[in-house]
Amino acid sequence: MSIDTFLILEKIILVVIIIAASMGVAAYSTWAERKVAAVMQDRIGPLRAGPFGLLQPLADGGKLFFKEEIVPDNSTKWLFMLAPAMFIFTSLMTSAIIPWGPDFVINGSEGARTVALQVADINIGILYVFGVVSIGVYGIMLGGWASNNKFSLLSAIRAASQAISYELALGLSLIALLMLTGTLSLRTIVEQQHGFWDGNYFTWNFFKQPLGFVIFLVCSFAELNRAPFDMPESESELNMGYHLEYSSMKLGMFLFAEYINMFISSAVLATLFFGGYNFPWMDQVQAAVPSGIFSLICVGVLMAKVVGFILFFMFVRWTLPRFRFDQLLNLGWTKLIPLALFNMLVTGAVILFFFNKK
Amino acid sequence: MCNFLWLASTEGIGSYAPVLIQLLIAGAVVSLLMLLTHILGPKRKTKDKLINFESGIEQIGNARKPMGVKYFIVAILFVLFDVEVIFFYPYAVNFRELGTEGFLAVLMFVALFVCGFVYVIKKGALKWED
Amino acid sequence: MSLHDIIFWILSLWAIVCAIFVVISRNPVNSVLFLIATFFAISGHYILMNAQFLAIVNIIVYAGAIMVLFLFVIMLMNLNTDTEPQKSRLVHFAALISAGSLLLVVLSAFRKAELTQIPVTDAGDIGLIKVLGKTLFDHYVLPFELSSVLFLAAMVGAMVIGRKEVVEEKSTK
Repeated sequence: MSIDTFLILEKIILVVIIIAASMGVAAYSTWAERKVAAVMQDRIGPLRAGPFGLLQPLADGGKLFFKEEIVPDNSTKWLFMLAPAMFIFTSLMTSAIIPWGPDFVINGSEGARTVALQVADINIGILYVFGVVSIGVYGIMLGGWASNNKFSLLSAIRAASQAISYELALGLSLIALLMLTGTLSLRTIVEQQHGFWDGNYFTWNFFKQPLGFVIFLVCSFAELNRAPFDMPESESELNMGYHLEYSSMKLGMFLFAEYINMFISSAVLATLFFGGYNFPWMDQVQAAVPSGIFSLICVGVLMAKVVGFILFFMFVRWTLPRFRFDQLLNLGWTKLIPLALFNMLVTGAVILFFFNKK
Repeated sequence: MCNFLWLASTEGIGSYAPVLIQLLIAGAVVSLLMLLTHILGPKRKTKDKLINFESGIEQIGNARKPMGVKYFIVAILFVLFDVEVIFFYPYAVNFRELGTEGFLAVLMFVALFVCGFVYVIKKGALKWED
Repeated sequence: MSLHDIIFWILSLWAIVCAIFVVISRNPVNSVLFLIATFFAISGHYILMNAQFLAIVNIIVYAGAIMVLFLFVIMLMNLNTDTEPQKSRLVHFAALISAGSLLLVVLSAFRKAELTQIPVTDAGDIGLIKVLGKTLFDHYVLPFELSSVLFLAAMVGAMVIGRKEVVEEKSTK
């Protein structure tokens, strides 16, 4: 019984830390986005609030809380309230299955206890993320529809078409990877990528599935509604899109959830293709430091990869122009899906005919 | 059996208990955010303020009008293809054990998938009409 | 009553209440949302039976794909109250009779049924993706291939029905 309570307590602490961390990272992503944009456009960016404008996200958040909350008369009120809550809720749920670091051991009075740095290691693994992501679409659709604004509705429908079109390619691009790993559990997938070089070849999946990675990455851009695929929000045509009618923190929740999603998908990308928390010479490091410190180093490595991906998302946003909507659907349906199928069949054939040692 | 024992196991249903915990905590955070913004903001509602914004132009009619079905076909096709993609997951996980025989079965499946796919594209499911 | 039973009853109650609201909601968008909630309760039941793959497929396909399609259709419909079609009294009467007779059939079926066993906990590993895949590809390869033929037929159907309108539009122009 005592072990039970410990386990539950440990999970509660972990969940609170992860949710707080994902919101913190999301808040500072907004700051980083402005700084990156500023650097790329030869400007300075946020500067006044704190050193280097570091307090800017707090100021923004505070401002949003103290703004008037407006629910238009013509809207469907309770759906209008529900939509942002649903959107941010799904983005907070995705982090449950990501392994943030290796297990570490705590020596207590009742003996050693292994603590896993992963909220839930469930059998369906990565499919859980797809499930939650497919629910996330409703936040946008309801928000756009409930506003009772033509621009919002149009944007909601665009967002939904875009999300569902790219979900297919996203799912297909992973199949080839899963053929290699033989499991859906992210924990096992990370453990398979131990270190960096196993004596014959790189262990990270990126080097085994480069095409799969590229497809997955492009699809993540589309799923995140990030430029160059930010049609649902295109400022110039739809003036903000599905959150046009929102104000106060309800608007903030939509914007915030997108940054949380970016954080989580960076973590998923790093975990699936870039070795998660693994890094070169990790065995030597593990031998040299105690297990708690080693876990911390690993978490730091994963975070470094995540920050790298987030910066990449930002560089792309400020480099590429927006696609047109039919181009987007064409890319998803006629290029990425056949490419992903091709990748899957080639991977299958290569493994069967060249690497089948059994 | 002990009631709570299965909660602690990491295999089977017990592994979902942490997901439930995350569900509750995330729900609490979201409701807190909603509540805070509701309480903290000023409330000075006027009739003009509560009109839909719609780019500053007076709203004509209502947004809930029937619209073209261009996107509708995409949604139908998505449902079909999604189910097909789901079929690949059990295969991918068992890929090595199933060997060549399983691969041929999937090849057949993919061939039919591609037939449908080519048909749909050639028929112009993604063509932008008018 | 074990924790498992408590969760089972909560989920069942949730599923039934949401299903009732699907029927009685006036706004179809609300109906769709309640239907999604019902699917979640059903997924919870699947998880209780350790059919984990089925649970997530239920969410991805039903709650994530089919309901998006429903919502699409509803959002593109004219939902203003003034255009809501007024049904005649005769239609109401016919609906009452058919629903009532369905209720009778269901009730009589339930009266005959024997409640032998309330759901099994942890019904083995058959619901896990690995075992499911093995069974599918070892014993049910033919149905698997046939299902792809079915998909092909569905695609053709969708295209034929879905594109018809466009052709008509063109001819009237």
